[in-house]
Amino acid sequence: MTDAPELRRRTAELLAAHPPATTDRLDFLRARFDAGLAWVHYPEGLGGLGAPRSLQAVVDAELEAANAPDNDPRRIGIGLGMAAPTILAYGTEEQKRQYLRPLWTGEEVWCQLFSEPGAGSDLAALGTRAVREGEGDWVVNGQKVWTSSAHLARWAILIARTDPDVPKHRGITYFICDMTDPGVDVRPLRQVTGEAEFNEVFLTDVRIPDARRLGEVGDGWKVAQTTLNNERVAIGGMRLPREGGMIGPVSKTWRERPELRTHDFHQRLLKLWVEAETARLTAERLRQQLVAGQPGPEGAGMKLAFARLNQEISGLEVELRGEEGLLYDDWTMRRPELVDFVGRDAGYRYLRSKGNSIEGGTTEVLLNIVAERVLGLPAEPRTDKDVAWKDLAR
Amino acid sequence: MSTTSAQPDLLYSEEEEALRAAVRDLLTDHCDAPGVIARTESDAPHDREAWKALADGMGLAGLLIPEAHGGQGATHREVAVVLEELGRAVAPVPYLTSAVVATEALLSFPQSRLRSTGGTPMAADLLAELATGRRIGALAVALNIAPGAAYKVVRHEDGALHGELTGIADAAVADVLLVPADDGGLYAVDASAATLTPQVSLDLTRPLATVTLDRAPGRLLGDAEPAVRRALRAGAGLLASEQLGVAEWALTETVRYLKERKQFNRPVGGFQALKHRLAQLWLEVVNLRAAARNAADALAKDDDTAVAVAVAQAYAAPVAIHAAEEALQLHGGIGMTWEHPVHLYLKRAKADSIAYGTAGAHRAALAELVDLQAP
Ligand SMILES: Cc1cc2nc3c(=O)[nH]c(=O)nc-3n(C[C@H](O)[C@H](O)[C@H](O)COP(=O)(O)OP(=O)(O)OC[C@H]3O[C@@H](n4cnc5c(N)ncnc54)[C@H](O)[C@@H]3O)c2cc1C
Repeated sequence: MTDAPELRRRTAELLAAHPPATTDRLDFLRARFDAGLAWVHYPEGLGGLGAPRSLQAVVDAELEAANAPDNDPRRIGIGLGMAAPTILAYGTEEQKRQYLRPLWTGEEVWCQLFSEPGAGSDLAALGTRAVREGEGDWVVNGQKVWTSSAHLARWAILIARTDPDVPKHRGITYFICDMTDPGVDVRPLRQVTGEAEFNEVFLTDVRIPDARRLGEVGDGWKVAQTTLNNERVAIGGMRLPREGGMIGPVSKTWRERPELRTHDFHQRLLKLWVEAETARLTAERLRQQLVAGQPGPEGAGMKLAFARLNQEISGLEVELRGEEGLLYDDWTMRRPELVDFVGRDAGYRYLRSKGNSIEGGTTEVLLNIVAERVLGLPAEPRTDKDVAWKDLAR
Repeated sequence: MSTTSAQPDLLYSEEEEALRAAVRDLLTDHCDAPGVIARTESDAPHDREAWKALADGMGLAGLLIPEAHGGQGATHREVAVVLEELGRAVAPVPYLTSAVVATEALLSFPQSRLRSTGGTPMAADLLAELATGRRIGALAVALNIAPGAAYKVVRHEDGALHGELTGIADAAVADVLLVPADDGGLYAVDASAATLTPQVSLDLTRPLATVTLDRAPGRLLGDAEPAVRRALRAGAGLLASEQLGVAEWALTETVRYLKERKQFNRPVGGFQALKHRLAQLWLEVVNLRAAARNAADALAKDDDTAVAVAVAQAYAAPVAIHAAEEALQLHGGIGMTWEHPVHLYLKRAKADSIAYGTAGAHRAALAELVDLQAP
């Protein structure tokens, strides 16, 4: 049984063998992975030790204190949050060994080729086709859209239709796509903030070897559920201090700029401050539940709460700044390296936060999920259940 | 700006869950909705049986009182769990007013004064009595007063008390009133020495009364100011747990009803417009639980209390009212009837939104506490 003292001992060993001050960043990260200290709840040999997930905090604290380099989760969020748990659950031994280490160290960035122009919330309606050549490779044709970080990615998780003659959820297969392969065309898609964090991806006769299939043929929807569930729970271990989120910058502005204050803004600010503190406490409560091994359904609510709060708080700050709020820091079309929600001006935060209620499932779709899976209310009547995908109205 | 030192413990312990189950069982037996509705129209709106079972039977009146003074020496965390259940049942018992507010006022007096000697029963004796639940206490401060706000006092003249105080919750069943006077003292007055006139109250399950003192004898307990502040702060903080109970009942009952109720050949709970409203409400209740738990934990640890209480109270009232209002609306016509209990919850939620300070009063307090000053 791997417990906290044992993990501290192993961390100390890692630090002694690879002193952060004199070790190359990547070498350190690889050594950490090999020592099983990357994600301690993963199996041995795959960056973990099969220890309880809650003990990761012990390792992280020791490494932070020693100023060790980190693997920059903001850049590799999709790989860490979504691709990794799916590969762990459905990958072959060979796939796990090939993908997990460079994914975790950030050497290889991942993106998610799920959404299509005609299939967003109704993801299972997707039309990108994968056709198998005999017992050999798959040939993929179609278009994906809103793909974050596709311009940086080495690999993609991809879902495609392999059987149009069965109802839509049943004819999907899950693949790992090499973004450097011929036929993969990534085009920046400029967004409301002016930059291009996401992309359109055109797939033309892209050949994917069968060895890069994840899960059984036709089982892709089930595999995708693992990805989507992890996407929504990604919040987990975060521990925010009071004023740690979006409410921090606006509170600071309020304190430093008395000339901006009005009674109306004061009322709105206090109301949002209370809501942000309450949401923070709920996230902390969720974290404590996870550590205590009693995961609650609160996770589904956190994304809803933070999306709305981020939008209202950043919107308030734009107004509060008055004449400055009429300005914007920079409209240059860029393809950023990092997904950055808070680093820029209030105007940027306001515009970027609009995506928070769309990406990873819209607010409306999440409310459906809470209503049906948490409260047990009846699902909408369905008209697509027993109809082959090819016969659905499009 | 104040920041929390240690992270609060926001979960329920196993013991707390066991306590919840026991209180819920007791209330199921003693305090069903038709009974509570019938009682509101009798001359005895308080449920003395339920109180006896809670206080005498389970010893819950003395949770906050140290064992040395005859209590259980538990903390605000356990009291909060009791209040959640009392809120869920809109139980007409003077628990918040006697076992929390009056008790906290008495606990504010220095320990040396608590150890009473000889003749006059001082705070310690009163605490011991309240701990058994055989006597009920009420702080004679109007229910709407926020922890930091001004409150009315009576005249202290010729060794006796004179004056009228209104809006005193649960005074009708109190045996002893804790009365602030114009000399700065807090006095214990036997209810038999005061005239208590019931007021017609919005919340039928927590009735208010007028207290009239005409040359009433009072025993000086100590300084009123710190006692009242402490009592109201604990009352406000733990009221959030009661509000959580009210909101939870409203949500649970409404979800249950909407799964059963059919219109247009479907359960109405399957219509998305309603599903989204209920999911939204669920989220508010989840947040309220965290805020209420945080306030109880802060009171128990005496750490970060002012901010935790203000946050909980600024958040709780709108949620409890929203839940009760949605419950009434989504029950349709039956929700509008006297026989359906939803009105008890709406009235309690609305009265609670004024009790121990409105959300706005608590936001104003917060502005000072976290340095977000008004213009
Ligand atoms: C910043 C950003 C980054 C993204 N990154 C990625 C990525 O990396 N990879 C990827 O695959 N996708 C990505 N997406 C796409 C995202 O997952 C989809 O946009 C999202 O799932 C919604 O689909 P849609 O845009 O087609 O909207 P639609 O599904 O067309 O929805 C239109 C409107 O209808 C509502 N609606 C739809 N269905 C229902 C329903 N059943 N009940 C009630 N209302 C409904 C929606 O809430 C929405 O308001 C990203 C999106 C954004 C904004």
